[in-house]
Amino acid sequence: MTQVSVERAVSSEPRVVLSARGIRKDFGGFSAVRNVDLDVHHARVHALIGPNGAGKTTVFNLLTKFLQPTAGTILLMGQDITRTPPDKVARLGLVRSFQISAVFPHLSVLDNVRVALQRPNNLAHQFWRPVSALDTLNRRADELLGLVGLTKERDRLAADLSYGRKRVLEIATTLALDPKVLLLDEPLAGMGQEDITVVANLIREVAKTRAVLMVEHNLSVVADLCHFVTVLQRGEILAEGDYETVSRDPRVRIAYMGTEEA
Amino acid sequence: MTDANPTIRTTLRAEPAVPVSGARIAVLVIALAFLIGAPFFVYPIFLMKLLCFALFACAFNVLLGYTGLLSFGHATFFGGAAYFTAHAVKEWGLSPELGILVGVAGAALLGLIMGYFAIRRQGIYFAMITLALSQMFFFFCLQAKFTHGEDGIQSVPRGHFFGLLDLNDSLSMYYTVTAIFVGGLFLIWRFVHSPFGMILRSIRENEPRAISLGYSVARYKLGAFVFSAALAGLAGAVKALVFQFATLTDVAWQMSGEVILMTLLGGIGTIFGPIFGSALVVGLGNYLATTGFPVTIITGIVFMVCVLVFRRGIVGEINATRLAQKLGLADRSSG
Repeated sequence: MTQVSVERAVSSEPRVVLSARGIRKDFGGFSAVRNVDLDVHHARVHALIGPNGAGKTTVFNLLTKFLQPTAGTILLMGQDITRTPPDKVARLGLVRSFQISAVFPHLSVLDNVRVALQRPNNLAHQFWRPVSALDTLNRRADELLGLVGLTKERDRLAADLSYGRKRVLEIATTLALDPKVLLLDEPLAGMGQEDITVVANLIREVAKTRAVLMVEHNLSVVADLCHFVTVLQRGEILAEGDYETVSRDPRVRIAYMGTEEA
Repeated sequence: MTDANPTIRTTLRAEPAVPVSGARIAVLVIALAFLIGAPFFVYPIFLMKLLCFALFACAFNVLLGYTGLLSFGHATFFGGAAYFTAHAVKEWGLSPELGILVGVAGAALLGLIMGYFAIRRQGIYFAMITLALSQMFFFFCLQAKFTHGEDGIQSVPRGHFFGLLDLNDSLSMYYTVTAIFVGGLFLIWRFVHSPFGMILRSIRENEPRAISLGYSVARYKLGAFVFSAALAGLAGAVKALVFQFATLTDVAWQMSGEVILMTLLGGIGTIFGPIFGSALVVGLGNYLATTGFPVTIITGIVFMVCVLVFRRGIVGEINATRLAQKLGLADRSSG
């Protein structure tokens, strides 16, 4: 396996790695998402914001193929993934997190990360070998846990962690796959300030060598972290640009931020 | 980032060695001694019946307990293998070990077919598809020539195991069954505690997350399904040799229901739970059969008590006690 990521010095030139053109999703007669064009760049943090029900999570599900778009095309590093199943998309390097914390609750913290490491290390299908065969993954797993500050919780069950710590664990698990494109659905929601700082720094750090697209409500984090912001409203793109531009847009202020926000 | 945490490596605690629990070994030794000594105190045929059902329930538990799939069609593999083995031994004149092999292979094939269709759906739909397919197989067995319909395949010869061991002797039959049972249990234990089993657990815990980590969940589920079917088949094949017949009872839906009951009673997701569960159900059935009291009423009540009072099942509850935790009997991550 390639040494994962974070410390690796790869080119940090922004280039489009994930692009969606005209994607649309109908549920019955209702269009949850219409005409969405998105370009996600390597080495950039891209925020997707918008009021509740704007279709942010639907866009995530479409990009990661958990939902099949009704129309439109999606390219991942030049490859058309519009009809690709979600697990294949993950293997191609587009990995997502979930809005509600997605850990494996009755596995230990360490095992949560090891499960993610199993597939890239070709240790996922051996049904004849003992679990101790997975101990070779411990070093890498411990590194990842150290990175997010979960070393002390290593042997606890994931279910026993606080909500914020579960989110942190989920990010460690996601990073274990060394994804090319990282889709984070509200990664900071429900976290204490301490975790927010850790995770925000972590996102900034990992985004140096990969693309990050995140849904986030915490606008100060968005302002601080994101290079590019896309605002969704009622399933359509309302505005896009850097945070300054977007936050000055009167339509955005009316639709989303409230007029008093600068 | 690693530079920001230069102490990680050094502050890591040493690998906590998996505690080789003395209590666990003690339990295993006692169980083994019990298995070896039992036929001198208890009617061997009854013991063998117990072992067959225990293996069946353990195989079923691979799906329910370790993968989170509720199959309502496992009688197909149990009873189907019984038919295949009985036919192979009686009509083709195969030796018992080859007959068992035929039964297991047949059950695995049936598992592949049923699993292929069922794993596309989840929850109750999965259960319904397995039920529907097993009903189809039931009617196939009712109509097909080789199963002899209502009569079943009778007076199946036990033969000589590997040409050496005369299985007509009830003690050698018993020890053969015991060896197969222990071997089957070992296979199951190895399977669920393997890298593959780890992925199955993660699927049980959170399927969308497993997909987003790049696992083609369907293939893992199918693997577990076929494995479970093959071992259920092993149990059925051995049962056909023990009782020297194969009948419709073993492919009927009630059998699928009974194995669910056994597993739930004993404790899903534990290695030994289904053994206790099947001992309880088979034991009760045998005991009540002589009294004329309707068995289903008692098992129904036992089941209700189980669901209301000890939801984790017998072994599940024992494992959850402080004493068991202390002794290291419980497998912490087995849920």
